[in-house]
Amino acid sequence: MSRKEKLFAMVRIGFAESLAYRGEFLIWFLTTNMPLVMMLLWMAVAKDGPVGRFGTREFAAYFLTTVVVRLLTGAWVAWQLTMEIRTGTLARRLLRPVHPFVAYACEQASALPLRALTVAPLVVIILLTLGTDLFSSELSHWVVFPLALAGALCIRLGVMMTIGSLALFWDSALSLYDAWLALFFVFSGYTIPLELFPAWIQPLVNWLPFRYMMSFPVEIVMGHLDGRQLLVAFVYQWGYALLFSVLALTIFRRGLKRYAAFGG
Amino acid sequence: MGYLRLLIQQLRMSILLALQYRLDFVVGALLSLIWIAAALVPLVVLFSQRSAVAGWRWHEALIVVGFFTALKGVLDGAIRPALQDVVERIRLGTLDYVLIKPADAQFLVSTTRFELFRVVDVVAGIALVVIALAYGGHWPSAAAIALCLLLLFAAALILYAIWIMVLCLAFIAVKVDNLSFLFASIYDAARWPAGIYRGVVSFVFTFVIPLAVMTTYPALALLERLSAQRTLSALATALVFALLARVAWLASIRRYTSAGG
Repeated sequence: MSRKEKLFAMVRIGFAESLAYRGEFLIWFLTTNMPLVMMLLWMAVAKDGPVGRFGTREFAAYFLTTVVVRLLTGAWVAWQLTMEIRTGTLARRLLRPVHPFVAYACEQASALPLRALTVAPLVVIILLTLGTDLFSSELSHWVVFPLALAGALCIRLGVMMTIGSLALFWDSALSLYDAWLALFFVFSGYTIPLELFPAWIQPLVNWLPFRYMMSFPVEIVMGHLDGRQLLVAFVYQWGYALLFSVLALTIFRRGLKRYAAFGG
Repeated sequence: MGYLRLLIQQLRMSILLALQYRLDFVVGALLSLIWIAAALVPLVVLFSQRSAVAGWRWHEALIVVGFFTALKGVLDGAIRPALQDVVERIRLGTLDYVLIKPADAQFLVSTTRFELFRVVDVVAGIALVVIALAYGGHWPSAAAIALCLLLLFAAALILYAIWIMVLCLAFIAVKVDNLSFLFASIYDAARWPAGIYRGVVSFVFTFVIPLAVMTTYPALALLERLSAQRTLSALATALVFALLARVAWLASIRRYTSAGG
C-alpha cells in the first residue's frame, strides 16, 4: 500500500467508528446547548432595544452559528490521549508505523462527514427561521469560511494534544484542560459576542487564542470583518495552530522518553 | 435513627477518601471557582449595559445565579457521583451486594459516594446570594429565609428524583451515563431567572422539567415576591417527583434480574 492508501484506510476506519458511536455523538450534539441558553438570555435583553449592532434576530443568528461552528470543530483527543496514556493502550499505537497524532487527526477528519450531516438540519432551520439577510452576502467570506473552520479545528487539536501529552508527566493533566475550557467559555465568543466586551479588554481578546477557535468563523459569515481584519485574524489563527502543534509534538516526544506503559 | 448513623458512616468514608487525594481536592475546588467566575462574566457585561432584564435587576438575577451554583454543587457533589456509581454496578452485576444488605437499597445507593470538594460550589453560591442581598440593601425577614430554605430543599429533592428516574432507565438500557450528561446540561438553563424564557421553552421549564421551581422560586421567596399559590405548587411538584421516583425505583428493583456479578 502506498502512503496515500494507508492514510485513506485510516480515514475509512475512523468513519466506520464514528458511525458505530452515532448514539453518543447525538447525545453530545444535544448537550451543546450552552449557546442556546445564552441566546435566550441575550434575546430577552434585546427585546428592550438592540445591544450594539445586535437585535434579537442578530443574537439568534450569532449563537446558532456558534453552535454550528462548535459542532463542526469539536474534538475528544484530550480525553482519548490521557486515557490511552493512563491505561497503557497508547503502547499499541506506538507500535504502528505512523505517528499517533497523525492517527488522531485522521480519526478527527473522518468524523467530519457525520458531523456535517448532523449539523445540516440545524443550518436548514437557521435559514428557514431567520432568512439569509443576517449573513454575509460576499462570496469571498464564504470561500474563506472553511479555511477559518479548519484553522479553529487545528488550534483545538493542537491544544488538546498539548494537554494530553502533559499526561505523560502529570496524572491530572485533564484538569488543565478544564481550566482552559473555562477561559474558552469567556473569551471565545461562545457565551457572549466578543464586541460587547468593554473597549479596554478588546486588545486582550484579540491577542488570546480563543477568539480564533470560535468567534472568528462566526464573524466571517456574519460579515463583521473587512479585508484587513480578516487577514490579520488569519495570521493569528494559523500562527496559534502552528504554535500549539509544535508544542504538542515537543512535549509528546519528551514525555515518551520517560513513559513506561502499563501493559496495554 | 439507624439510617442517620448509616448516613454518617457513608459520609465518613467519603471524607476519608477525599483526605487521601488531597491534591485532587484542592485542584477540584480551584476549578469550581474558576468556572463560577467564568459564568459571571457574561452577566457582568450584560448588566453594565442594562439595569434590568425581563424585570430582574442585577442583584436579583445574581440571587438566582447563586442558588443555581449552590444547587449545582449539591447535584455534582451528592447526587450524580453516587448514582453514576450505581449505573456501573448494574452493568457489572455488583449491585447484588447492595441489594442483599439489610437496609433500604435506594438509601444505600444514594449515599455511596460524595464528592466533597463540591462544597466549594455550595459555599460560593450562598456567598453570591449574600453579596446580592447586601447590594440590594434589603435584608429578607426570617420567614422569607425559612420559606426559601424549604423551597431549596424541594429543588434538591426534584433534582434527586430526576436522577433516580434516569437511573431506573439503566435497568432497561445499560448506557445511561450519557443521559445523565444530557440532563446536567439541561439544568444549565436554570442559571437565569425563568422570566427570560418564553413560549414553548417557558412551558417545558415550568411543567416538564421544573427548572423555574428550582432556582427562580427560592429567589422570589427571598425577595418576598412569591405568591402562596406558587409556593404550594412548588412543594406539590417536589412531592410528586419524589413519589414518582420511589415508585419507579421499586418497580425497577422488582424486575431486576442481575447480571450475576
